[in-house]
Amino acid sequence: MWDYNEKVKEHFLNPRNVGEIKNADAVGEAGSLACGDQLKLMLKVDDKGVITDAKFQTFGCGSAIASASALTELIIGKSMDDVAKITNKDIVDYLGGLPVEKMHCSVMGHEALEAAVSNYYGESPETLEAKKKHVVCECFGVTDQEIISVVRDNKLRTVEDVTHYTKAGGGCMSCHDKIRALIEKVGGEDQKTAPPKPEAKKLTNLQKVKLIEETFEKEIRPMLRADGGDIELIDIEGSRVTVSLRGMCSSCTSASITLKKYVEPKLREFVSDDITVEEVKP
Amino acid sequence: MSQNVVYTDNNATTMVAPEVVEAMIPFFSQLYGNASSMHFFGGQIKRHVDEARAKVAALINADPAEIIFTSCGTESDNAAIRGILAAQPEKRHIITSRVEHPAVKNVFQHLGKNGYRVSEISVDRLGRIDLDELREKLDSETALVSIMWANNETGVIFPIQEIAELVKSRGAAFHTDAVQAAGKVKIDLQKMPVDLLSISGHKLHAPKGIGVLYLRKGVHCVPFMMGGHQESGRRAGTENVPYIVGLGRACELAHQFMSVEQREVARLRDLLESELTEKAIDATVNGDTEHRLPNTTNISFKYIEGESILMLLSEVGIAASSGSACTSGSLEPSHVLRAMGIPFTRVHGSVRFSLSRYNTADDMHFIVQHMLRIEKRLRDISPFGRDEINAH
Repeated sequence: MWDYNEKVKEHFLNPRNVGEIKNADAVGEAGSLACGDQLKLMLKVDDKGVITDAKFQTFGCGSAIASASALTELIIGKSMDDVAKITNKDIVDYLGGLPVEKMHCSVMGHEALEAAVSNYYGESPETLEAKKKHVVCECFGVTDQEIISVVRDNKLRTVEDVTHYTKAGGGCMSCHDKIRALIEKVGGEDQKTAPPKPEAKKLTNLQKVKLIEETFEKEIRPMLRADGGDIELIDIEGSRVTVSLRGMCSSCTSASITLKKYVEPKLREFVSDDITVEEVKP
Repeated sequence: MSQNVVYTDNNATTMVAPEVVEAMIPFFSQLYGNASSMHFFGGQIKRHVDEARAKVAALINADPAEIIFTSCGTESDNAAIRGILAAQPEKRHIITSRVEHPAVKNVFQHLGKNGYRVSEISVDRLGRIDLDELREKLDSETALVSIMWANNETGVIFPIQEIAELVKSRGAAFHTDAVQAAGKVKIDLQKMPVDLLSISGHKLHAPKGIGVLYLRKGVHCVPFMMGGHQESGRRAGTENVPYIVGLGRACELAHQFMSVEQREVARLRDLLESELTEKAIDATVNGDTEHRLPNTTNISFKYIEGESILMLLSEVGIAASSGSACTSGSLEPSHVLRAMGIPFTRVHGSVRFSLSRYNTADDMHFIVQHMLRIEKRLRDISPFGRDEINAH
């Protein structure tokens, strides 16, 4: 069973603003039945552009229902200009976090909101044919724009992250190279726009290896060993660190979560804040 | 959990029967000898292991010498498949079905990436195997066919007699994962030319951590676990005596109560199924109801999602499972229901109730009452099928 926090459970059990608005001023839909979730968002907007009421209908799992409920709570009383700035991250924060595999539920909320905003401003919804041209993940019908926007909003760095957030790449996996290219594209933009960080350390590879090994020894191995596992550094290529998990960890199904939620943050804290960790199977 | 549990997830795991626990207890702190030891203290243990072996053999009408104790059903499946292939390395074609448990499915997938030609046999809309397709796919290169006895998600039982005879007539080895079938339906290995068969203890009221591989006399299978000479050199590792004794007792009980259970448990299952399909807004049964385990029903509730259903059932203490994508941890819903061609509108809302002899009619009424309420509630939230609710 998923480890949902109390707030998520509470919003699932008592969802706010379920229902329909007749003659809604804006309607936005996201998701699809084939993928296992679908959200319809309906808004009532006054003449000053403020959302006076929001209602939703959802087909989906516990976190999909909770995310939709949270979304309506976030937007009621706000102006259309303000809600245009809301991202999936705001939904996650409102709920106090979601399991990483469930991030796509918050993204669905954001997409429905985006669709409602463009509907309000009278933008004709992208035709299916036009949308098809940009589809990156055929299995789940995810477009390049959707991927770029979650990568940017959530500072995603790996294909696996993108899969957790959008489902893209979670089916036949044939689009992984395209997703990787989109991540790099967004990363490149960031470097252009973001001011150089004053404290960014320029480490030689040798210094990096030493720091990583120290971090493994002091911060990471004690925890892994408690579960009968171990970690080994395989390669460093720029900020990409490749590791191999040993012992119990090598067969553990939550190993990738351990890497993303524990190993990577530790290395970012102690070595360099742009590190991404990837696993190679021994 | 302190609240009362209505447990209907017995295809996932079962309660250890009190009689089984009782039988096991002496073997932890009193009779703890090593069955392989030369002294009296260990030697006396061997008798109990042999007795358990005879009880397991009796359940499937096999010779006790054909019973190998393992650690679980997954080990049995791995040992069978890899062991048979290692014994005839020149044959490079293997056949399985599209609806196997991951313990077989993923082994075949791995072998497919490592030089084996893998054929997967389809099932029809009711989850029945296509025997003609199997007949076509079998060739002189086929080393092994592995097809489950009964499906864990739908309970559909395959015609193992026919499949085994067909496979043997073409000179290939036949393995069947009988993890869900053992103890629930009659298995007679004197009549059926099955070469290897897997059983898991915890699906039939023995504890987790014990399994069986049936290996027909004369079938050559390279051992999976190497080490000591336990299990006549066919599976190394010190015998897990308390669990072996427990499994023996569980098989004895299953054997004893099988006909009553087939009648009683099936009656409860049918009650649950008919009440739900009749009274729900839109509920349909998945799989062939003619040839099915007595304890299993897989029901799809249209336009609502499985994880939400399970969470709401769980709130009132009902334990069941689902084939929805969100409950699997992957993004894809049940491979079994998809192989059957069940539409997405129904796959995501599928719920499996799997009963045991410990369930009661009251349990069924309790489930019906809450399930109908939950369906209504989730349909009210769902953007799909609005007209049908209003018409209901």
